[in-house]
Amino acid sequence: MPRVAIDVLLKREILDPQGRAVEQALPGLGYHPASEVRVGKHLEMVVDADGDELASQVERMCEGFLTNPVIESYRWRVIADDERADA
Amino acid sequence: MRVGVVTFPGSLDDHDASVAIERCGGEAVALWHADEDLKGVDAVVLPGGFSYGDYLRCGAVAHRAPVMTTIAGFAREGGPVLGICNGFQVLCEAGLLPGALLRNEGLRFVCRDVLLTVEAADTSWTGAYVPGERIVIPAKHGEGRYHADAATLDRLEDEGRVVVRYAPGNNPNGSARDIAGVANERRNVVGLMPHPEHAVDADLLGGEDGRGFFESLLAAVQPS
Repeated sequence: MPRVAIDVLLKREILDPQGRAVEQALPGLGYHPASEVRVGKHLEMVVDADGDELASQVERMCEGFLTNPVIESYRWRVIADDERADA
Repeated sequence: MRVGVVTFPGSLDDHDASVAIERCGGEAVALWHADEDLKGVDAVVLPGGFSYGDYLRCGAVAHRAPVMTTIAGFAREGGPVLGICNGFQVLCEAGLLPGALLRNEGLRFVCRDVLLTVEAADTSWTGAYVPGERIVIPAKHGEGRYHADAATLDRLEDEGRVVVRYAPGNNPNGSARDIAGVANERRNVVGLMPHPEHAVDADLLGGEDGRGFFESLLAAVQPS
């Protein structure tokens, strides 16, 4: 069964105070300055579906529950076992 | 007048909401998140707290609870519903109110009295106030920054659905246009971040400006 990764961020036009705080902290902690820092969510799950059925199930889940379309946008993809972020 | 107060796992202010209702002359009826039965109440309060641990997003899991299905139908038929703090977040997630609540702009949890202006006194929950009246009630939240797109905000303003606004210089969370609470089109559903139920006893907690929300309801709704 396919393993799916979903990335969720606040929409670009919405202020992300967490991202701003991280961005402001970086230089003070001795790291190279970075800009446009955004903090979001990363979800992984194994879904019992394939092909078009997989796409429609994941998108239904994302739009109805996993994200709030008023404030968030998302991208999803199928990943291999060695692409798991919790490896 | 029987007013239902919903308890979700993680609700904190259900008891205070019940006390506020009783002190203002109503009968508080406990409603359980897992029951679809509204026990024939005349109105519903969704209290503050951290329903389902605020997992995923504030209110995201709570709005799927069995009781919310019934409350959505009750609200669409004109039944008065008040969402306070987490209850406001639940109503937005459920689509019963427009917009969403985001993490406070300053990242800090806010816990203090806030000065508000009551702008809409024609809702089920604010008829006891005078438009423009200034009230002080406590706010306590980490995710209270009201957001909606510009078209929705314009529409809310044009239709007089901004119910309460933080007074100038009192916006504690970066809410768009200083909005502290909004109503639906029919004006029976109201949500706000500050807590009127914590301001119903002048001797105990230093203010009773919140009483108007509950007294408005008792005046507006005839007991069934």
